Amino acid sequence: MSTKTLEQVEGKFETFQILNEEGEVVNEAAMPELSDEELQELMRRMVYTRIWDQRAISLNRQGRLGFYAPVAGQEASMLGTHFALDKEDWILPGYRDIPQIVFHGLPLHQAFLWSRGHIGGGKFPEGLNIVVPQIIIGAQIIQTAGVALGLKRKGKNNVAITYTGDGGASQGDFYEGMNFAGAFNVPAIFVVQNNRFAISVPVEKQSAAKTIAQKATAAGIEGIQVDGMDVLAVYTVTKQARERALNGEGPTLIETLTYRYGPHTMAGDDPTRYRTSDLDDEWTKKDPLIRFRKFLEGKKLWNEEKENEVVEKAKEDIKAAIKEADSAPKQKVTDIIGVMFEQLPANLREQMEEYTAKESK
Amino acid sequence: MAQMTMIQAITDAMRNELKKNEDVLIFGEDVGQNGGVFRATEGLQKEFGEDRVFDTPLAESGIGGLAIGLGITGFRPVMEIQFFGFLFEVMDSVAGQMSRWRYRSGGTQTTPITVRSPFGGGVKTPEMHADSLEGLMAQTPGLKVVIPSTPYDAKGLLIASIRDNDPVVFLEHMKLYRSFRAEVPEEEYTIELGKADIKREGKDVTIITYGAMVHASLKAAEELEKDGVDVEVIDLMTVSPLDIDTIIASVEKTNRAIVVQEAQKQAGIAANVVAEITERAILSLEAPVLRVTAPDTVYPFAAMEDSWLPDHKDIVDAVNKVVNF
Repeated sequence: MSTKTLEQVEGKFETFQILNEEGEVVNEAAMPELSDEELQELMRRMVYTRIWDQRAISLNRQGRLGFYAPVAGQEASMLGTHFALDKEDWILPGYRDIPQIVFHGLPLHQAFLWSRGHIGGGKFPEGLNIVVPQIIIGAQIIQTAGVALGLKRKGKNNVAITYTGDGGASQGDFYEGMNFAGAFNVPAIFVVQNNRFAISVPVEKQSAAKTIAQKATAAGIEGIQVDGMDVLAVYTVTKQARERALNGEGPTLIETLTYRYGPHTMAGDDPTRYRTSDLDDEWTKKDPLIRFRKFLEGKKLWNEEKENEVVEKAKEDIKAAIKEADSAPKQKVTDIIGVMFEQLPANLREQMEEYTAKESK
Repeated sequence: MAQMTMIQAITDAMRNELKKNEDVLIFGEDVGQNGGVFRATEGLQKEFGEDRVFDTPLAESGIGGLAIGLGITGFRPVMEIQFFGFLFEVMDSVAGQMSRWRYRSGGTQTTPITVRSPFGGGVKTPEMHADSLEGLMAQTPGLKVVIPSTPYDAKGLLIASIRDNDPVVFLEHMKLYRSFRAEVPEEEYTIELGKADIKREGKDVTIITYGAMVHASLKAAEELEKDGVDVEVIDLMTVSPLDIDTIIASVEKTNRAIVVQEAQKQAGIAANVVAEITERAILSLEAPVLRVTAPDTVYPFAAMEDSWLPDHKDIVDAVNKVVNF
C-alpha cells in the first residue's frame, strides 16, 4: 500500500522536455512563444556564459580571481530560468548563481570583485533587485519567502526567485522556505539545480526521494522536474511558474536536471575523485549549447559567425571588467567599519578613530 | 501618565509604532489572534488587521528568513521568538544573516528588524525557556542587544529599537513582565540605544547590571545602606554596545565595582565589562572588579532555580568583598 502511494507520487514528476539532445522539438505543443531575436539572445547569453566560465577558471588559476564556482553545463538552467523574469523581479542567488544576477544587471566587474572578496562586489546599483550570493546553503530559501511576501504586500506585480543545488534540498531552511511561501501563498519560485553532486556526494545519498521536485508536495505547492539542459523547457516552466505566482496561485518548486562539467569550486576540488569519465561523457552529450545550437541552425538563426561574435564580445568584456576590478581602491578597515551600521555605536566610533590614525600613517 | 506593567508598556510601544508607520509588521508564533503567549501583542491584530500582525508556521528559522526578506523589500519587521532558548533554530538568520546584511551589501541594503524575545528565570519554566543567551548576541558584530528592566525603559527602548535602521535584539525578562507597575507616559518617547541609566546614585561601590539583576542589585543596595555602604547601581539597558562612558565615570568616582548578571559566569557580558574597566580605569580601582553570576552549568531544573540563580544576598557578599579587599 505504502509503496503504491510512493509510485503514484513519483509518477507525477516526469521530466518536462521540449528539445531532445539532437535539437529536435519533441513537445511542439509546449513550445514557448519566443521571437527569433529572443531565441538568439538566449543562445548569446549561454555562449557568453560558457566563455566567461572558461576565462574565470583561467583567471582564478592565475590568481586574478578568488572564490569561483564553475557553471559550465548549467547555462540552460541558469539563463533559461532568468530569461522568464521581469527586470523588477527579485533574485536571491546561491554562490554558483552569478550569471543570473549579471544578466539581471550586476556589472561584471562587481561580480569579479565579489569573487575576490572586495566590498565593491555587493555595492549594488540602485534599484537592482538582487542580493549578495548566499554562502549559507538554504538561507536564501527562507529569505525568498520573505521577499515574496514583501512584494505581495507592496502590491507589486513581481516574483522572487531563488536557487539552490541538489545538496541544498536536504537543508531544513529549504523545506521551511517552501512551506512558508505556500502557507502565505506568495509569488516565489524555488529552483533546485540538480547537477547530481554536492561536492563529492551524489544526489542518491541526499535522499531516498526519486525526484527533488516531489518535495514540493510536503509544502503543498506545485513541483515540476525539467530537463535542465534544455533551455526552452527551462524557460517555459519558469514562465508558467511566474504566471501562476502572479495570479495568486502560489509558489512553485522547479527541479532542473543538469550537470556541472567543472569542479565544485576552484578551491582545490578534484571531480575525478568522485565522478567517472563515463558519466562526464554521458552529460557532455546533453550539453545545452550543442542542442540549442542545432535547433537554431535548423531555423537558420545561428551560425559560426554569430557564435564567434559572442565569443569575442565575452572576452573583451571580461578583459575590461577585470581591468575595472583591478582599479577598485584597496579596502581599508575604516571602509568596513563605515558600513556596519547606519550610525556607528561607541565601540566602532572609537575603532574608527584608531584605524583612521593608522591608515593616515 | 498611566500605571503599566512591563508587558503593557511593550504592547503600548508596538501599538504606537504600528500606528505611526505602516511598514511596521509584527509576526511570530501565536502573536495574532491569540495576542501572544504572554499577551504582549494583545489586541494588536484586531486593531491593525491581519496584514500587519500575523501568525507564522512553527519554525523559528523561517521566521528569521521572513523578517530578512520583508526587511529588504521595505518593511520594518518586529519578529518574535517565543522563548529565547529557541534562538538556536534561528541563529543563522540572526547572527549569520541580518547582522551582516548592511556590511555584505557595502551599505546598500538594510534589515531594520527588531527581534523580540522573552527569557529569564524565576518563573519555573520548562527546559530552554529561561536561558540567558544575550552573550551570544553581544558577540555578534552588526547587532545591538537591548534588555530593559522597567516598564518605562521597555517602552522607550522598544520604540527606539523599532525605529533603528539596523537589527536590534530586544530581550524581555519574563519575571519582570508583570512583577510591578510603574508610571509610563501615554505619549511616545524614545530612549537612546547604547546608553546606560543610573538607577541609584552612590559613592562607595558601583554595581553594573541589567535585566532582573537590576532589581536584585537595588534590593542589595538597600541592605548595604543599613551597613553604611553607599552603592551606585548602573542599569546597562543596552548590553551591546556598552555605555563605556557611564561605567567608567562611575568607577572613577567609587573606585570599586562589581558586575552582576543572571547568566553563567562563562556566558553573559560581565567579563566584557570587567575587561573594559581594567583597560580604562585600572588606576582608579581600590579592589578587583568581581562578578556575580550563575554557576557554569546548564540552566537548572525548574525546582532548583532558587538555589542556582544569583540573588541580592550574593550581591551583598560581593560588594562586601570589594569593600573589605
